[in-house]
Parts: sequence; C-alpha cells; structure tokens
Amino acid sequence: MALPDQDSATPRGEPWVWFSSLGLIVGLVMVLGLLGLVLMNGLSVFWAPPVPVVRLDDGTSLIGQLAQRRIRPGSPASAPRYERQYQVGLRELNGHSYVWVDESRVRAEEFPADILGLERMENGPAFVRPVRLTRADGRVVEAADPAFAEALAAEVAAGAGVRERLTEINRGRIGEVNAAMEQTRVDLRRAEDQKTPTEAIRRAMTALEARYATLGSEANQIKATGETSKLLAREAGGREVVVPMAQVVREWFPNRLGFADRLGLFFRRLGEFIFGEPREANTEGGLMPAIFGTLVMTVFMSLLVTPFGVIAAIYLREYAQQGSLLRIVRISVNNLAGVPSIVFGVFGLGFFVYVLGGSIDQLFFSDQLKYNNNTPVFGTGGLLWCSLTLALMTLPVVIVATEEALAAVPRGMREASLATGASKWQTIREILLPASAPGILTGVILAMARGAGEVAPLMLVGVVKLAPTLPLDGTAPFLHLDRKFMHLGFHVYDLGFQSPDSDAARPMVFATTLLLIVLVVCLNLGAITIRNRLRARYKTASF
Amino acid sequence: MITMNPPTPSRIQVRPGNPNEGRQDYISIRDFGFWYGDKKALDAISVAIPERQVVAFIGPSGCGKSTLLRNLNRMNDLIDGIRHEGEITINGRSIYDPGLEVISLRRRVGMVFQKSNPFPKSIFENVVYALRVVGVKDRALLEEACETSLRKAALWDEVKDRLEDSALGLSGGQMQRLCIARAIANRPEILLMDEPCSALDPIATGKIEELIHELKAQFTIVIVTHSMQQAARVSDRTAFFYLGKLIEYDKTEKVFMNPSQAQTEAYISGRFG
Repeated sequence: MALPDQDSATPRGEPWVWFSSLGLIVGLVMVLGLLGLVLMNGLSVFWAPPVPVVRLDDGTSLIGQLAQRRIRPGSPASAPRYERQYQVGLRELNGHSYVWVDESRVRAEEFPADILGLERMENGPAFVRPVRLTRADGRVVEAADPAFAEALAAEVAAGAGVRERLTEINRGRIGEVNAAMEQTRVDLRRAEDQKTPTEAIRRAMTALEARYATLGSEANQIKATGETSKLLAREAGGREVVVPMAQVVREWFPNRLGFADRLGLFFRRLGEFIFGEPREANTEGGLMPAIFGTLVMTVFMSLLVTPFGVIAAIYLREYAQQGSLLRIVRISVNNLAGVPSIVFGVFGLGFFVYVLGGSIDQLFFSDQLKYNNNTPVFGTGGLLWCSLTLALMTLPVVIVATEEALAAVPRGMREASLATGASKWQTIREILLPASAPGILTGVILAMARGAGEVAPLMLVGVVKLAPTLPLDGTAPFLHLDRKFMHLGFHVYDLGFQSPDSDAARPMVFATTLLLIVLVVCLNLGAITIRNRLRARYKTASF
Repeated sequence: MITMNPPTPSRIQVRPGNPNEGRQDYISIRDFGFWYGDKKALDAISVAIPERQVVAFIGPSGCGKSTLLRNLNRMNDLIDGIRHEGEITINGRSIYDPGLEVISLRRRVGMVFQKSNPFPKSIFENVVYALRVVGVKDRALLEEACETSLRKAALWDEVKDRLEDSALGLSGGQMQRLCIARAIANRPEILLMDEPCSALDPIATGKIEELIHELKAQFTIVIVTHSMQQAARVSDRTAFFYLGKLIEYDKTEKVFMNPSQAQTEAYISGRFG
C-alpha cells in the first residue's frame, strides 16, 4: 500500500483557518452594521442642520428640515425618482409634522437667515419666519430689530422658569395634598364603616380641599403670567401663527449657526434627552425616568438572581448526590434558558402578581383594599415582580456559570482545605467561592445583559408607558418595590409601534436603542472591572 | 523526579534510628483492602507505623502507595464508589469509628500534596487557615502560630517581611514549604506527604528533606516518594508496594542493604519499575 504524498506546501486542513475567520468576519460585520445603523440614526436626531425654504412647482412653498431622502417606491431602477421627507412642524396648522415631496417638484431651495426653529411643549416643533415678539411686560420687539434674538432667548428662559414653578406646584405640593386626601378618604371610609367619630377627619378633609384650591389658583396665576408673552410668526404659506412663549422649550436660528453652535446645540439636546422628562406621548423630551427605571430594575434583579443562583449551584455541584436525578434537574435548569421570555411574563403575572402580590395585599394591606375601592398595592405589576420575573428568567445562566466556575477550581485547593480539617461548608465559603467569583460574575454579567434588554415579560408585570414617579426617590422607604416604572426596552417598543406620530417617533426609536445599548455596556463594564480585580486577586497557582 | 541513575545499595547512606520513637504501632493498618468501584487498588495490607518516625512508601506508579496514604486521613472519601475492608487505627482508635468526625481526624493528620497548592490568600492567611477554621480569632495567637509554623518549615526568614503578600508570588520550593507550614500549624500528630518533592529542584528538595528530619522530633511522618535516594535519606522504615500488595516492610537500612524479597531488590537496584 502506497502512502499518500506527504510533502505539501500547505499543511492539510489549513483552509479551515480561513473558513473560521470568515465566520468571525461575517459575525463582526453584522454586529458592527447594526451598531453603526443605531449610532448614525440615533445621533442624527440631535443634530440641527440648516433649514431651507423649499419652492415647489405649483407655486407653494414650505419650510422644513430634511428628514430623509429615498427612492420613490415603484420607480424604475434604471431611472430612479427620489422623494424627500421634510419635517415642517406646526402640527396644529398642518395636522401632521412631516411631508413627502417628489424631488422633481422642487424648483428652488433657499436658506434665509431669519428662519426660526422652535421646540414646543405641545404640537411638536415648528419652523417659522418670526414677525414680532410681545414680551411679558408688554413691550413689542420686531423681528428686524437686532435685539430680537436676545429678547427671544430671554423669553424662552422666562418660560422655562414658569414651567418649573408650575411643575413644583403640580407635582410637588399638589401631589402631596393629593396623597394626603387619598389617605384621609380611606380614613373616612374606615371611620364610617366602624361607626367611629368622623368630624375630625371631615375637618381635615375640608382643610385639604381648601389647600388644594389655593394651590390650584396659585398655579393658574403663574400660568397666566406666562401667557402674556407671545411670538407672532408666519409659516411658509404666509399664514400667521401665534406661539405662546411659555410653550417654547428651545429656540434656534438654523441658518445662522456656525459649526461650533451646532455642536453646542447637539450636546444640549443630547443632555436633555438623557436627563429630561418625556413629553408629547414620549416622542419628545428626555428619558430620565426610563433610564432610571431600567437601571434600578436591572441592579435589583442582579441582587436577587446572584444569591439564588449561587446557592442552587453550590447544592447541585457540591452537596447533591451525583446521579440520574441530578442530571434531570440539570437538564431542566438548562432548558429553562430556552423558554420564551413571554412565558416567564405570564408566570410572573399569574404567580407573583396575583398569587404572591394578592396574598401580600390580603395579609398586610387588607385595610387599604377594603376602604380604597379595592386598589391593590402589591397585587398589581411593579418593580419587585419585574425584578423577580427576570431573576427567574436569568437564573439558569447564573447557575450554569457558577457550576462551571466551581468545577474549574483546582482539585488541589479543595483537597488542601479539607486536609487541614476544614468542613465542606468552610471550604466552599473560604476557598471555592472566592476562587470562582470571577466565573460567577461572568454569569451575572450575561444575566444582566439579558435582563436589561428584555421587554416582553415586563409588559405583563409592571412596566408602563409613563410613570408619574420614580421607583427610587427621597421619600421613605426610598426603594418603592410596588411602583410601576418606565423601561428603555419597552420605550423602544412603545415608540416604534404604539406611537400616534410614527414619523416623529422613528428617530427616537434609534436614539432610545442607542441609549439602552450604552446603558447595558456601562453595566457590563462595571461588572467586568470588578471581575478583573477579583481575577487578579484569586488567580490560581501554577508553575 | 530527580532520580537520574539507579542507585546501587552500597552508595546509599542510611540515617541512624530515631532515639525519640514511641509507640511501635502508632498507626496500625491491618488486612486493609481498597476498591475504586470494581478495581481493587489495595490488597490485604498490614503495616504498623511507629510514633515519631519517618516511614517511606515506595513502589512503581499505580502500586497503591498514594491510595494507602490518602486513606490515612480519609481523603479518598471525596471519590465516589470507593469501598474498603480491614482496619486502620491511629493510637488505638479506628479512623472509621462512626463516633469520630472525619474533620477531627484530618485535624490530627496533616497532609502535604505532590503539587503545592497554596490558597489564593496572603502568606499569613495560608498558614493560619487550619486555626481559622476551628474558630481561633485572637490575633496574637494566630501570629505566634504563624511564626512557629513558618520557622519549623524553614521559611520564616524568607517571608517574615511580606506575610501579607499573596502566597502565589512565592517560588515553587517556597510554596511547598508554605504548604508544610500550613499542614503543621494546628499541631497535628501525623504528617502525610504525597511526593512532596517531585516538582522541586534539588536545592529545594534538600531543604524539604532537612525539614523532614527535623519535624520527626514531633510528628509521625509518612512519605510517598518515587526517589529511592530520598526514601533512603529521610526514612527510618520503608515499605515497598507492588501492584496493590505490600511486598516488603522493614527498617530502611535493611530494605536497601539487604532486602529479603527478590522483587524489592530488583526495584531498588533499578532493574524494573
């Protein structure tokens, strides 16, 4: 038998190296492409380009910021016809903020310096040519006046002050009075039910109602002071618009800005997006409550899942009799990772919310239920149930990672500890757990990444579109486990599929996704830093 | 393994007997058999190990010497599917006595492993680990025990200024001496050594052998070794195992100079094994 020729320029099997690198490249391209898409679309939301006056072939014109340009659907590929989408704003006049224009109809584009962009509390943005400004003290500034821009900025700042005072009254003080009234109403019903004297409670109620009325009139007064300041402007067709300055969040002259100004505006908008509160059905404003809700929920979930998972893994690996029963348990745990997340949501709703939450309400809040129209406290979705549901969902990841980490601790270390007379538990606590901490943290990192991005189960157990309060705040008991909260992942779903103004929501979907990715990366970086510290500390001996 | 040439019996030096020795059957192994599942690893072993002497177990790989050693502190309990017959007593008491906690047995029988295995902790914490697990919290007591153990393990002068440094920064020989210090910190009565020098260079080996010689004033030492020179240098008695059976057990001098079994002679003169 002749052996095959063993001289060869390339060793056998070497093309597989190229094949495996190809696999990596395909994966990388897809991931980077996705990130690039999100990054481009997400960041362009905050950029303020020059805004043209577009003259069309039928003699009409519009003022709008170019939103996108695309090949008209149905046009031949050989001679594509393009169409452009402009954001024109002024929804109260136009009924919509975006218009599509066939590119062949565009006759001219001009960039006059007096075009004014406005972000408003209601009816979306506006692109107008200002005429005159009536200031709060009654003085009138014409648009041609060189002091116009300065006066406008002053009025916007004043408007912001008014809104802040209103928020303070509405959210802060009226909120407190409302909570007190709620409690008093419960007290009243209880007193009526138990036939105890109600006069004192009724008096307290009257006092609260009087206070409520005072605060309401105070709020109205502040509102009225803000309403005197108005901007008269013209839209492209020449129609006049009156914009109350108290409604204006931000003003800019898009065709007067230099690059540095645009960059400044970009970062101010980005800052508002991260630190501000949402408005306009979440399509504008900031995401602070959602960022905060996601963060608190994810951290709380990690705090729940880590001890559970580690304890379960210790029992499985160190104490349980290794046999077929254990193998079945292990397979079941691993299969839990493959259960669709919505199933965990349904379980969370059925077990955590209705059974556990309902029982907690029966046991500890029966008074509340009886005298407050059966309003549940824990028997409805909330932070605690969301965290528990996601903790359950990510449990297999932590268990598997911990088991692997425990198994990877060198046998010698385990024997050395036992040989000195340490008990099994002492060996686990003193030697095995510290040495496997980096591996356990890897599992927690994976669990956190999965939990932070999860939406479907949360929709059932406590995430809402708009939460009036944060789950963590300055009032006792600080961490409000029963509160519903906002979540970035749900925000993406809500903006993308539930928003009434899909054109306005589209860029925000990307921006929110970008934020969610950044948040997950930050959480992971934190955990990885801890893991690397631990690894340096507990690196195993070898020589 | 540092054995290069098979030794000839005449070249081997044998230490004189230990005047310190006490009870002759301090560790008594009687008709001891041991199975890993279906595989019989030890067959009817009977050895009596005197107090405060060094006994070396020698024999080719797989002969059961390590298995026997690991039975003396019931380290084999960690393995599934094991079974034993016969009896092992230490100072007259069976180590399989149900009234004896395996933990308290291991506190009295320290062990040093083939591969040094310091914990990823500081040098100090490594040495006092055995005291920590029994609940000693008094810092002065721990420090005293640490110094005593490290001095006995001939490591004190090398590490006294860096007790809080990680033990993983030590050299291989230092690590092994640290493991010896750790094993003797809670003052066990018996010290088991499973090829303690097999991964060390000749200088480190020399230090450990010197140490064994000093330690036997206080401890009964059982050492498994592949090096016949080492067995001859450090031990008072030598047991030769082959295929799970005890072939010969006698004074080291006798085993090396004038073995009664042909197999023993063949092994120590390097003709097989």
